[in-house]
Amino acid sequence: MFAGMPERIHRGCGSLSIDILIAGVGGQGTVLASRLLAAAAIDEGYFVRTSETIGMAQRGGCVVSHIRIDSKEASPVIPWGKADILIGFEPSEAARNIYRLSEEGSCIVNTKEIKPVTASLGTVSYDIDAVNKYISANSKKAVFIDGYSLAQKAGSVKALNIVLLGATAAESLLPFGKSSIEKAIKDNVNPKFMDMNIKAFNYGFDYIKSICK
Amino acid sequence: MVKRLLMGNEAIALGAIHAGVNVVAGYPGTPSTEVLETISEINKGEIYVEWSVNEKAAMEVAAGAAIAGARALVTMKQVGLNVASDPLMSLSYIGVKGGMVVLVADDPGPFSSQTEQDTRHFAHFSNLPVFDPSSPEEAFEMIQHAFEISEEVELPVLFRPTTRICHSCSTVEIPEERMKHEPDGFVKDPKWVIFPSLSYKKHIHIEKLQKVLSEKFSGFKYNSLSGSGKKGIAASGIAYSYAREMLSGFEEEYKLLKIATPYPFPEKLGLEFLKGLDEVLVLEELDPVMEEALIELSYASGGKQCIKGKKTGDLPFAGEYSFELVKSSINRFMGRQELPKEKNTVPDLPVRPPVLCAGCPHRSAFYAVKKALSKQKAVFTGDIGCYTLGNAKPLEMVDTCLCMGAGVTMAQGLHRVEPDVKHIAFIGDSTFFHTGIVGVINAVYNNTDITVVILDNSTTAMTGHQPHPGTGKTAMKSVSEKIDIYGLLTACGVKHVAKANPLNQSEAVETIKQAVDFKGPSAVIFEAPCIALFKPAKKYKIKSTCINCMRCIREIGCPAISVNNGKVEIEPSLCYGCGLCSQVCPKESIGGVEA
Repeated sequence: MFAGMPERIHRGCGSLSIDILIAGVGGQGTVLASRLLAAAAIDEGYFVRTSETIGMAQRGGCVVSHIRIDSKEASPVIPWGKADILIGFEPSEAARNIYRLSEEGSCIVNTKEIKPVTASLGTVSYDIDAVNKYISANSKKAVFIDGYSLAQKAGSVKALNIVLLGATAAESLLPFGKSSIEKAIKDNVNPKFMDMNIKAFNYGFDYIKSICK
Repeated sequence: MVKRLLMGNEAIALGAIHAGVNVVAGYPGTPSTEVLETISEINKGEIYVEWSVNEKAAMEVAAGAAIAGARALVTMKQVGLNVASDPLMSLSYIGVKGGMVVLVADDPGPFSSQTEQDTRHFAHFSNLPVFDPSSPEEAFEMIQHAFEISEEVELPVLFRPTTRICHSCSTVEIPEERMKHEPDGFVKDPKWVIFPSLSYKKHIHIEKLQKVLSEKFSGFKYNSLSGSGKKGIAASGIAYSYAREMLSGFEEEYKLLKIATPYPFPEKLGLEFLKGLDEVLVLEELDPVMEEALIELSYASGGKQCIKGKKTGDLPFAGEYSFELVKSSINRFMGRQELPKEKNTVPDLPVRPPVLCAGCPHRSAFYAVKKALSKQKAVFTGDIGCYTLGNAKPLEMVDTCLCMGAGVTMAQGLHRVEPDVKHIAFIGDSTFFHTGIVGVINAVYNNTDITVVILDNSTTAMTGHQPHPGTGKTAMKSVSEKIDIYGLLTACGVKHVAKANPLNQSEAVETIKQAVDFKGPSAVIFEAPCIALFKPAKKYKIKSTCINCMRCIREIGCPAISVNNGKVEIEPSLCYGCGLCSQVCPKESIGGVEA
């Protein structure tokens, strides 16, 4: 077991069941992040199920990925209040989906908000402080990370998803370590962008380690 | 044996390949698209794969292959089957020789569809068996059986996953060996020609087959019965997965019937389930197909079971089912109390409806038409594709949307009632080939004064960029003749056809004005590629001369532009350099820089 990992309910076959929810906005690379986590878990011998938003809602709409590790007898969707980890690619999307997070759950949130066109048109409000407070009040542990800037520093804001995976690995909540996810990145991501992605992954990892000493 | 994470649609594709499929045809449509896409991607050339012009064409291509003894797969979404229902209905009478699977993905929710129609009714309507997988790993195996059963009864079979099966992933074990199917070719026989006298005989034959299939399905390994007690739960598809997760640990308290073949209903298995039961709860998405089958079975066997489901108001007809919905309905059914959930005060969260991408040429096209017609009464009919999103604020340029191709023809009906109003029909390039051409011919034939605007972005964008007849590329990755939209319109007899670049506003506005002023049917082709097809050459920035008038925000609704701390900003990672904002800006305060 990794340090800091709470006791988990076992789903049948004796291994460790972990449910991870990723919430973001269409175009942020949530699907790739979920595939990489799944690939790492399968490599470690787990049965994984995922569920994703694909299609019309992708066009700047809300997207959610469910990743269920050790889920042979389960459905692909995380029930309300059962997610162990919520990775919020965008604050309001983290808040929107926090009802799926367990009372013991942790939340990793990218701080940069994406204002929908409706917010810019002034028809709806977006109070970022209220959103952040709500996230903290509804998770056992919430860490906020400026993933956008870290990704930019690594070479492209498109690497935000990889930064957040690094942050997740640093939280030590997964039934496998940093190297497993790094391997999944190496196995699945375009070699052309490998250096940048590994950099992005480490920036996310190191940032969380630095604030959680 | 390899273990891989497969999306439901990928599992179906691999299952078909493992069954030795020879010919695959389809038309893109969420949530079905990735089935054909996956086969096209991994095909080494031994399988013939095509994106057909529409679902009817795809169904007929597959039917032709199947009567020549090939194993054939045809793929579409549920509303696609409406288009292909003509060949399907007759094909159930004619039958097939090689196995033929008609993959139709249903969309409870709906997430990306016009309707929540239930394809299982089409199975009943056409007297064809239907398979309803409950997980990707099951779909991988089940489609292989579907091909076998199709060959055995010489009928096409329907395979109906739902969005949650299509787009969820599972760890699937994929065996190395694949079946090889060699088609033995078409053999001439009067049985392939549908005539009334033959139809009568065939009707008798297929009705008999329903009994044979029902009997067979009672022993089908994916239909199962477990548990004991006076209460029974019948479930199918994703609802079965939710029920199984919820009920694990309580297996002894109830009987559980899992149904993977909702039509023909496995009656023998159903009767065994009903035996000794007082109450039944039926869990299925969309329509009460299983519920009705069980009611009928209970009545016919003199049963007294109380069957609860949609018809009794215990479960909803509309929308996707969730774990929570299934759980609370089971708890009510089993007489268990549910603790009320504490309510949290959620802060106001911004609504995030899907929008046209930053840089999307459709935004510029809509804006140009809006400007060109700002002083006239006009109705804008829309169609199916990304451009349906043009109905959102602030563009508000899509007044109607019905089904594929309907914009062009509905504009004509509208015009007959209000001839003094301008009627402009927007249609995408792929949709134009799908069912738009007929509408154009109809307008020319009947001389209806409408303007058709073809939004040609050189791809089928909404479903993930599939090629179509205008792109000159095929699913076999070969190059083919590009069908020329301009030439087609001219050949159809449209007397005023013009092309314009929608990103150039003054040119686009002028072109639309001329087309609308033309008496008789006219057409404008707006040519600009979907942003997914190229890298931006330019990015736009707000200059210091910006007076924060917000005109760019108010007028075009680009997701890259937002107001932060009272100032207008363009998010550089989202800007795609279309330049519409700079053409809208009254102060020339938005400038392009090389990306």
